[in-house]
Amino acid sequence: MYTAADLRKGLKISIDGEPYIVTDFQFAKPGKGQALYRTKMRSMLNGNSFERTFRSNDKFERPALEERKMQFLYSQVDEFHFMDVSNYEQVVIMKENLGDCVKYLVDNMEVDVLFFDNRAIGVTVPMFVALTVTKADPWAKGDTTGSDTKPVTVETGFVLQVPPFVNEGDKIQIDTRTGDYLTRVKE
Amino acid sequence: MLDIGGLRKRAALIQAVRRFFLDSGYLEVDTPILLPSIAPEAHIEPVPADGFFLQTSPELCMKRLLAAGADKIFQITRCFRRNERGSRHLTEFTMLEWYRTAADYHDLMVDCENLLQFLAQAMGGGNCLTWGESRINLTTPWERLSVAEGFSRYAPMTVNAALAADMFEVMLVEYVEPRLGQGRPTFLYDYPAELGALARLKHDDSKIAERFELYIAGLELANGFSELVDPVEQRQRFAEERQRIQAAGRDPGPMPEKFLADLERMPPAAGIALGIDRLAMLFMNASTIDEVVTFVPEEF
Repeated sequence: MYTAADLRKGLKISIDGEPYIVTDFQFAKPGKGQALYRTKMRSMLNGNSFERTFRSNDKFERPALEERKMQFLYSQVDEFHFMDVSNYEQVVIMKENLGDCVKYLVDNMEVDVLFFDNRAIGVTVPMFVALTVTKADPWAKGDTTGSDTKPVTVETGFVLQVPPFVNEGDKIQIDTRTGDYLTRVKE
Repeated sequence: MLDIGGLRKRAALIQAVRRFFLDSGYLEVDTPILLPSIAPEAHIEPVPADGFFLQTSPELCMKRLLAAGADKIFQITRCFRRNERGSRHLTEFTMLEWYRTAADYHDLMVDCENLLQFLAQAMGGGNCLTWGESRINLTTPWERLSVAEGFSRYAPMTVNAALAADMFEVMLVEYVEPRLGQGRPTFLYDYPAELGALARLKHDDSKIAERFELYIAGLELANGFSELVDPVEQRQRFAEERQRIQAAGRDPGPMPEKFLADLERMPPAAGIALGIDRLAMLFMNASTIDEVVTFVPEEF
């Protein structure tokens, strides 16, 4: 059980039986008045955001969330299939619930799948992933725009900016928190 | 953590505050921080300490000094309020309080005008303050807006409707406060009686307490009032606050009997509390309270 005083960015709480994550939080207390906790939350089921102001006597349940290590198998249109390698149990998650993760998912990647009420609702990919460049234009020599990066496409279809020396077929490491290029991986 | 420049600026500000009061004939006092009983206030939760309480304000001790014959006193001290932490709140914070006899809340508003102008000069800002995007002209007189006017001007419901719906704080925070003290400081005054447990009620309207808050660029800086000096009425108000505290499942602690006894002898007076850390936010152009104190608890 949480009280309003526990509210902070990133806290996961249950409201009307559904899981929410606090995305923004502000403590307010007009002199001698009651404390207010102004909160922005995102539904972990449908991604909808809303703002709500709580008071100090408001209480919240912990949402019944569980994380399990699973392997990404394949995607078919908007359905993404994952498997628990310990018992071969498979789950399907819709693309809209995966957010930015779809930029980094390649077959056989091990990820953390988040379950709510025995239902898979989201995925956490590793902080760093190595992906193969599938399309890279040669760097236009004499480029006078002063830019020192160029766009490439990786095997998942994700397009990002990299240094000019990265070529088609190279493996590059990407920070999944920012989507930024980190380094070229030597095979 | 403050760097050397920040430490110097904070020190200069506190020294200027002290100079203002000493030059105005005030006596600096230092009262105990660890107390066996404190004023029961429904929305201010004390930090318990070894059977005592850390002070939430030096108010009761300073008023007892007035009862003992002091006429103009000030104090810069640490106060502690449980469960208060945010970009403008610290559980442990620094408070300036001053009290004077034969004065009321209107006199305190003038004190605030004089103090802030003195500080702006001392800190090299002329007659203006720049805080983030806001530029505040300190030329007097500042805006004086009653709570009722503030609600009818800025909020979607009247102050009485907000009180009846237990929405006073929500309306104040969402609609009224952000509009106060823009361009020049605002005194929001004449609060509903139930929001001033230690304030005198207006002689011609017992629903209104002679209390005000000072706002600069939406930031609440000070809370002052004409002091309630009737011990019978004060005991009654404390009893009501204690009931509200008990209803919320907390222990109100013992009634401050020695204070109530001394109140018999206390002359008419006015007193005010001003947050030194918030003042430092303004003069150091800091958007959070964390930027103006040496350490915040999270740094340990």
